[in-house]
Amino acid sequence: MRTKAITRLLFLVGVITWLALLFTDISIVFSSSNANIKQELPTWLPGVILNLYILSVFYYFKLKIERDEVLNFVDLLWRVFATGLVFTVISLSLRLLEFLMGSTRLTTNVVFKDLIYLINLALMIGFLLMAFTAWKRLILYQKSKWLLRLWAFFEVGLLFSLLYNTFDIPMTEWLYVTLLSAFVMAGLVLSGNMKWVAYLNFRQKWTSLLLLLLTIFYLLYLFYTNSSLSESIANTVPHFTDYRHHIFVLSLIVFVTIYSTFSFLVILFNLPTTSVFEQKLEEVVNFQRISQSIQTEQNEESVYNILLETSVSTVFADAAWLEVNSKQLNYKLFTYKITDKEAHDIIAHLKTHNVKGILEQSSDKTKNMSKHLASLKGSRFRSILAFPIFVKGENIGTLALLKELPEGFNKEMTKIVSTFANQAGISIENFRLMEEALQNERYKEELKIAKMVQKSLLPDVLEKDDDFEIEAFSESADEVGGDYYDTIRINDHLVALIIADVSGKGTTAAFHMSQMKGIFHSLAQEDVEPDTFMVRSNQALVYCLERGSFISAIYFVINTQTKKIRYARAGHCPVLYFCAGKEQAVYFKDKGIALGMVRNKSYKNFIQANEFEYKSGDVMVLYTDGITEAKDPKGDEFGYERLESVVNEVRTLGPKEIQDHLIKKLYEFTGTENINDDYTTMIVKFK
Amino acid sequence: MIHIKRMQEDGADVIALIGEIDASSSIELDLAIAKSVGEGFTKILVDCGALEYISSAGLGVFMSYIEEFKDRDIRMVLYGMSERVANTFSILGLNELLQIGKDKVEAKQMVA
Repeated sequence: MRTKAITRLLFLVGVITWLALLFTDISIVFSSSNANIKQELPTWLPGVILNLYILSVFYYFKLKIERDEVLNFVDLLWRVFATGLVFTVISLSLRLLEFLMGSTRLTTNVVFKDLIYLINLALMIGFLLMAFTAWKRLILYQKSKWLLRLWAFFEVGLLFSLLYNTFDIPMTEWLYVTLLSAFVMAGLVLSGNMKWVAYLNFRQKWTSLLLLLLTIFYLLYLFYTNSSLSESIANTVPHFTDYRHHIFVLSLIVFVTIYSTFSFLVILFNLPTTSVFEQKLEEVVNFQRISQSIQTEQNEESVYNILLETSVSTVFADAAWLEVNSKQLNYKLFTYKITDKEAHDIIAHLKTHNVKGILEQSSDKTKNMSKHLASLKGSRFRSILAFPIFVKGENIGTLALLKELPEGFNKEMTKIVSTFANQAGISIENFRLMEEALQNERYKEELKIAKMVQKSLLPDVLEKDDDFEIEAFSESADEVGGDYYDTIRINDHLVALIIADVSGKGTTAAFHMSQMKGIFHSLAQEDVEPDTFMVRSNQALVYCLERGSFISAIYFVINTQTKKIRYARAGHCPVLYFCAGKEQAVYFKDKGIALGMVRNKSYKNFIQANEFEYKSGDVMVLYTDGITEAKDPKGDEFGYERLESVVNEVRTLGPKEIQDHLIKKLYEFTGTENINDDYTTMIVKFK
Repeated sequence: MIHIKRMQEDGADVIALIGEIDASSSIELDLAIAKSVGEGFTKILVDCGALEYISSAGLGVFMSYIEEFKDRDIRMVLYGMSERVANTFSILGLNELLQIGKDKVEAKQMVA
């Protein structure tokens, strides 16, 4: 908003200064042409006003053009051209007016001539400043420090030269020439900056040529008009605002004309090579497309198709195919402007002629096999170029480009397409990696679900009784484990307990655990003997456990009437038992093979039921091998003795306290919170 | 990590296990035994002298061959186990299903 107001103000100042110039200059001309009137105004005044006019117009265009962000090159040239057109039309219409009025007294009057001259001068200066600002934008399109400095010198120097004119310093020939030639030199050097031309496309270049040509014409016309006018005035009167000694205006004329002419010539000579530049640009864009395809495309096929399209358009091929032929992938043929049959014909032809090129998967050299095509009758193609596509060092396919012209591919094209093929290989590789990552993510998600399932299989509440209290703890590693414990009340004096460990980890372990839970809940209800429980469990599990999998378990039935416990151990870690009166604890190491190890009727020979009595104060510790096999940083195991001594320290406390102590000691021992196995304990304290 | 060496002695295939057998390395053990069987050996001796640890997955490998060996009359004897490894076998009850010898001499007598 502020800039807009300033621009308007500058415009106004420009008009006012021009009117002032008109007034002062005409009065001086009038007085000097008429000897009767005494000259009142100093002769230097119009010069000062002219400089003020120049300054205001200079800043007016500076604000108007330099600040405009959206202008592109052609728009800029168009603006210069349009301004020039308007100014020239005004100047021409003045000429027409003069012509129509004929050779009257008025038209021959020097004051009238001065009026016409001043209008033309204002137009020319305006146009020059407009072009100057526009060229500045073009020159500084790609700037360097050095260029900026040179430009600053040029611009500031020009403005300073205004001072020279303002103070009417006596005209010294050498200073005048030096200054002018310095500015011309700087202008020449600056005119070498034509980088913007390269960014024009073919059509823009033609437009620019026309615009520049007309701009040069306007310049010449305005210059001619002004010089002829000033000459005729100079013949009549001694004092008037003559621009011919004005360094600023002269330098500007030279600079603007030189740059316009240079631009015109550079564009003209650049025309034939434009297509090459455009092609390079297209290559970059196509390259980007391939690189980006990984993020946007849904599958490998899209990547293949983009590769086909881009490579064809970049090297102006007439057709192409992409053969995917690796061990892991199904054979696929993508074609572009060629039928599958034609492609197969060519492949077969090259094969029968035993061409050792890239079409053969074993070769990794790109080969121009055009000469072999010559012998294929009925094919419209005369040139062929083939590239391997590598993904992780494995050749997964071939990209073949075809042209109807013989010798249609040059070295440049070969390089470009090979880069494309490489990029496509990377894209496909990335694509696969992403797919894998997704798969992993899915797998992790599944594991999470499995872990949730496993947690939910463990009971929230354990059986309670007047005779005993049970406390259980289970923590599994990141992977899903297969530790299981449960209790069930058979009747008012019988309670069944189980602790089990499924071999292996992950989802299958969780599944087997759920099977074990089902078996426990159905068999325990029937109040079977512990050994029978194991035999029947084994029988049931044989059909669902895969080869190499097994479940270790101990099954207890606590009878609170007889105060006896019957149990059977199927390959599970031995029970640690503390008798209330005795100092020494015992491990119950009875005979018993894990479930699923013997898959026939003979299993019953390997399992036995045992019985013992319990007394108040006894502690029974059940656990899984994760506890005894937990390792400290040195690699030593927690072991049976340590387990016994740790529990022994707190054997008189309640089961919860015993458990907390044991877990605390276990974590202290391993020295880390990250467990790599499952820790499960079940502690039974008899009352 | 497990390192498995195989050599033949008196018509028996001796498979020496060096290191630890966990879930991932148990596959190598399985492959070694399968190879030995595939080559037609009917006497297989497994040297556990340098076996430091065996997980349940490793035990599962031995277990999975029990029935097959019985059907095909292949004799496999494990020997030279450290106390710790032997304990792992006995807790699961595998010592009752597998032939376990004290040393190579005893193992050779057992397969003979």
